[in-house]
Amino acid sequence: MTREDIIKDENKVYSRPRLLLDATMHYCPGCSHGVVHKLVAEVLEELGMEDTAIGVAPVGCAVFAYNYIDIDWIEAAHGRAPAVATAVSRLQPDNVVFTYQGDGDLAAIGTAETIHACTRGENIMIIFINNGIYGMTGGQMAPTTLEGMKTSTTPYGRRADINGFPVKISDIVAMLDGTCYVTRQAVHTPAAVRSARKAIRQALINTREKRGTSFVEIVSTCSSGWKLSPVKANKWMEENMFAKYPLGDIKNTEVKK
Amino acid sequence: MAKIFGAVEIDSNRCKGCDLCVAACPTSVLSLQPKEVNDRGYHFAYTVNPDACIGCGSCAAVCPDACIEVYRLVDKNA
Repeated sequence: MTREDIIKDENKVYSRPRLLLDATMHYCPGCSHGVVHKLVAEVLEELGMEDTAIGVAPVGCAVFAYNYIDIDWIEAAHGRAPAVATAVSRLQPDNVVFTYQGDGDLAAIGTAETIHACTRGENIMIIFINNGIYGMTGGQMAPTTLEGMKTSTTPYGRRADINGFPVKISDIVAMLDGTCYVTRQAVHTPAAVRSARKAIRQALINTREKRGTSFVEIVSTCSSGWKLSPVKANKWMEENMFAKYPLGDIKNTEVKK
Repeated sequence: MAKIFGAVEIDSNRCKGCDLCVAACPTSVLSLQPKEVNDRGYHFAYTVNPDACIGCGSCAAVCPDACIEVYRLVDKNA
């Protein structure tokens, strides 16, 4: 069996999603953002939402998300993506609206917008990339930074007595009545990627069916900010981040208990 | 017994040499170029052991830059 025999269109099992544009992503090597962009593009294509989906890009590393996925996008002010998405989903009820935010955007400056959008049960999907650091601005401490974790503003590690405790936003929004689906996923292994893909698919279907707010947290790495290689960053995330941010569905109102 | 043949095509100019596909591959097919670099200066991934590929798609699933295409052929007569 030669390589030419195998590389034929009928044998293709995986290729670049059609909705992912040709532009090379500006993310650092090994950044989880790339995987999540890929998953969003795949799922939107699978559900046939390329004409109806409207994304709201945040401020943060994913600020250029509109350059990478071939759907309609709006750029929101820092942290205000859920508020902008609220307006879009109310004015365009036939469209599927989602936001794509990092932890600095969603859990720090945009906490109020996030919590109130979830309280109102807006029909939007929120994708929350939690890497425990401000990646874009140079690795400063974020609200989700783990205790003892070294960042450029906590060079001796985050201390609870000075810097407070890390915030678990997903657990907070799961308590609100407006959310219908809250889950925490990761994209560090092929199995985790498939699970995250399923979660994003479920969240987009919830949004299309107007069941309430769906919140998908993706525990991610920031190899530049953590100053580790991408493979070591994944390992560090498994050992440290998952203890504080355990993976799995936190709330799913579709499943009868 | 059927035998599975796999192959991957890597867009080496898009690759950023993050090493995640190498770590994800269950059959040690991939490796990073030890010396050669692409246009942007990254040691891109290549198939060091192409015959071992089973076309599982694990490398493509974890690739952040979507630069891997996977092919799989199941030969029922082999």
